[in-house]
Amino acid sequence: MNKIIELKNVNKWFDKFQALKDVNLEVNQQEKIVICGPSGSGKSTLIRCINRLEEHQEGQIIVDGKEISENTKDIEKIRAEVGMVFQQFNLFPHLSILDNCTLAPIWVKKMPKKKAEEVAMKNLERVQIADQAKKFPGQLSGGQQQRCALARALCMEPKIMLFDEPTSALDPEMIKEVLDSMVDLAKAGMTMIVVTHEMGFAKEVADNMIFMDEGRIVEKAKTKDFFDNPRSDRTKLFLSQIL
Amino acid sequence: MKQIPIKPTKENLTTFVTLGGVLVLIGFIDVLANTFLELNFTAFLPSKLSYFAPLIIGTIGLYLIRIEFSGNKLLDKINTNFNSNNLNAILSLVVIFALIKYIPPILNWFFFEANFVGSTKEDCTGNGACWVFVKVWFNRFVYGMYPDAEQWRINSAFIMLFALVGASFFVPTKFKKYLLIFLLFVYPIIGLKLISGGEFGLKYVETGAWGGLSLTFIVSAFALILCFPIGMFLALGRKSNLPAIRYTSIGFIELWRGVPLITVLFMSAVMFPMFLPDGTYVDKLIRVLIAITLFEAAYMAEVIRGGLQALPKGQYEAAKSLGMGYWRMHFLIILPQALKLVIPGIANTFLALVKDTPLIFVVGLLELAGMVNLAKTNPKWLGMAMEGYVFAGLVFWIICYAMSRYSQNLEKKLSTEK
Repeated sequence: MNKIIELKNVNKWFDKFQALKDVNLEVNQQEKIVICGPSGSGKSTLIRCINRLEEHQEGQIIVDGKEISENTKDIEKIRAEVGMVFQQFNLFPHLSILDNCTLAPIWVKKMPKKKAEEVAMKNLERVQIADQAKKFPGQLSGGQQQRCALARALCMEPKIMLFDEPTSALDPEMIKEVLDSMVDLAKAGMTMIVVTHEMGFAKEVADNMIFMDEGRIVEKAKTKDFFDNPRSDRTKLFLSQIL
Repeated sequence: MKQIPIKPTKENLTTFVTLGGVLVLIGFIDVLANTFLELNFTAFLPSKLSYFAPLIIGTIGLYLIRIEFSGNKLLDKINTNFNSNNLNAILSLVVIFALIKYIPPILNWFFFEANFVGSTKEDCTGNGACWVFVKVWFNRFVYGMYPDAEQWRINSAFIMLFALVGASFFVPTKFKKYLLIFLLFVYPIIGLKLISGGEFGLKYVETGAWGGLSLTFIVSAFALILCFPIGMFLALGRKSNLPAIRYTSIGFIELWRGVPLITVLFMSAVMFPMFLPDGTYVDKLIRVLIAITLFEAAYMAEVIRGGLQALPKGQYEAAKSLGMGYWRMHFLIILPQALKLVIPGIANTFLALVKDTPLIFVVGLLELAGMVNLAKTNPKWLGMAMEGYVFAGLVFWIICYAMSRYSQNLEKKLSTEK
């Protein structure tokens, strides 16, 4: 298997607060990793470092063979290969659903408008909101917005998808529709790193589980082992509370 | 207010409504008689009391008819809308009485006692406004000192502008882009050449002769179009991560915001030429345009920065995560939203700009208000300041109100909420 993401001894500080402590992580192509942990444990910071929405101060982050640091000139190129879905959707409210999806392919990947619209419709169909294409984000439900955000990221045809608590801002009823789309994506062979508390989803799709606490990776294990016999006490405690 | 022993209730409705109605009626009759017949029924009272008498009588009357759920629809409507408590009753009466008292004299001055016919000050015999003044000077108010024979050039320049702007509403979206480019980059040159002349067999008219309303339009339009992009870049500059750009922007904005426009204009006239190499000459009008543009750009920058500030961080992050660089992120995602948010602020700055144009009199350029100022000092037309300024004020109001309406329309049109 090919390594597509590699983190070596990554440290990150927000002023004096250390958010990531000596994080080491390898992700293979088509691997699905679910990261869980209490709030403030550095899960989001970790995946946001992978597309440099946050800057790490020490260590190496290598994405698809390119190291990410302040010297990276074409960080936009790497970001174009790494899709991200946010907790708050972050759709562009001034653009229609279709335009949300075609904007980046047209301007960043220089795709012809027609082609971009085809790709967008294909992806919108995939997340089952093709009928909403002409509407604006403000007119959609939370679940539909999040699926649109997923489609928008997929339109860039990324190699890796990052999910930063994609269902935490949703009504319970809408969580399933988003998770369904994500399961579908996982089955299609996408490399995924997902920060979530949806343990049902984790059991279904994750190859590996990571538990983080206080900026450290406390435990990394195969999904089955992680749930059946967690090694550290901290993980046990967390799982007992969440399950 | 002291409690009146007998409380108006539903039971004695008729009595109280009749009594109250009569009192309110007396109040109104007093005010009407006072205004239109110049009769004062309450002259026997001390003058101050007499002045407020209708208000006092009316308030008591309104108190008496304030009966909740009276069953009479009209009465209930009056009570909820004008008469819900004593304070509201007084305020309602004050407003209505003031309208009755002051609107007729204003109308009289404007129309009924005003003079419209004639050609000299002596033709104005009424007590009202002397619109003859505006009529006689109208040409100057619009064209300034521009030679009469050449005024068709200004007319055609503006007709062309309006035609182009009008066309932009009707042409298909495909051509809109080209029309806009033409309007912003080609038209100004054509328009200016047409008005200033000196080529194509057109007689040269120096900018000192330009003036009146047409100059107001020229100065406003150029400053509006130019200050917007400059303000935008200053706003982005102020938020830049590069210290050199950030501090330059901050310095620029704070410098221009900190000085009065009149000083800036004065400097542009007196100081600026000193910095130029000998023999070079920059036209007065251009210097003024640069000064106003930069001045308003500083304000515009802060308005736009307000919009940038209001956007959630997530919008930046989403744009970045899709691989957009700084310029794409700002021009495709951030600015369209930020500018939409601050349309009221932008409109505000634009209105202020239009109303600041009269200040160019300090360098000797006379736009509409400046021409009025000049005309009123003409020995043949002394004492016409009121008419002149009211006229100028009305014209400015029309321009500004139109802009304000347009900005509100734009806000609605761009809204993506339901």
